[in-house]
Amino acid sequence: MVRVRIQTEDFDVGAELASLRAGDLRVGAVCSFVGTVRDTRAITGAAADEIRSMELEHYPGMTEKAIEAMIDEAHQRFDFYEARVIHRIGLLQPADQIVFVAVTSAHRGESFKACEFLMDYLKTQAPFWKKEQTPQGAQWVDARVSDDAALARWGIEARNA
Amino acid sequence: MKIQLRYFASIREDLGLASESFETQAAHAGGLLAELRARGGAYAQALAEGRPVRVAINQTMARADSPLAEGAEVGLFPPVTGG
Repeated sequence: MVRVRIQTEDFDVGAELASLRAGDLRVGAVCSFVGTVRDTRAITGAAADEIRSMELEHYPGMTEKAIEAMIDEAHQRFDFYEARVIHRIGLLQPADQIVFVAVTSAHRGESFKACEFLMDYLKTQAPFWKKEQTPQGAQWVDARVSDDAALARWGIEARNA
Repeated sequence: MKIQLRYFASIREDLGLASESFETQAAHAGGLLAELRARGGAYAQALAEGRPVRVAINQTMARADSPLAEGAEVGLFPPVTGG
């Protein structure tokens, strides 16, 4: 089964979840996460906070390798069956889907944990960069220290932000 | 030794360059950064000390003390912000 996809096209969450567990009668739990493009103006109400669009760049080759390695690492830590990670690149608009992570397991605990672990790992170790179009012009998004802290909870030093 | 450099995101933009071949005297990633910085101009600015620069060697995240090897692909980029 293909575990990692980097693509410009959108993805259908329902179809991805269905195909991830199709025919696998061991599965009793499916956990997923979808990350989307926010328009921060909708949160703060300030015109200056508008996000008009977002451009996603990545390091072809390394990205796939890094995410495959993090799924292998997740298998060492959690008892789950399948995992799938989809990440979009290119030009995205507010409300667009960016990233999809889904995990199947026998019981919910392992898939919840594996899904969160994969997202925490991806945020600081997968080579993607976001550039936002704002009323002030184009701006590269800054890495967050809180994302490094999220990975530290799993005993891994991120060394990113 | 000869290596292949690849630049991404803000570093690629600041250098106006996505990749180049480079002859390095450095044994480690940290030494390579110092060498590039010493070229001055856009390099000194894009890779300035205090500015966070991440390094990948042969498409694996590396550290300042990670060793370089002949023919290595070395990626230089700012902290990652995907997800």
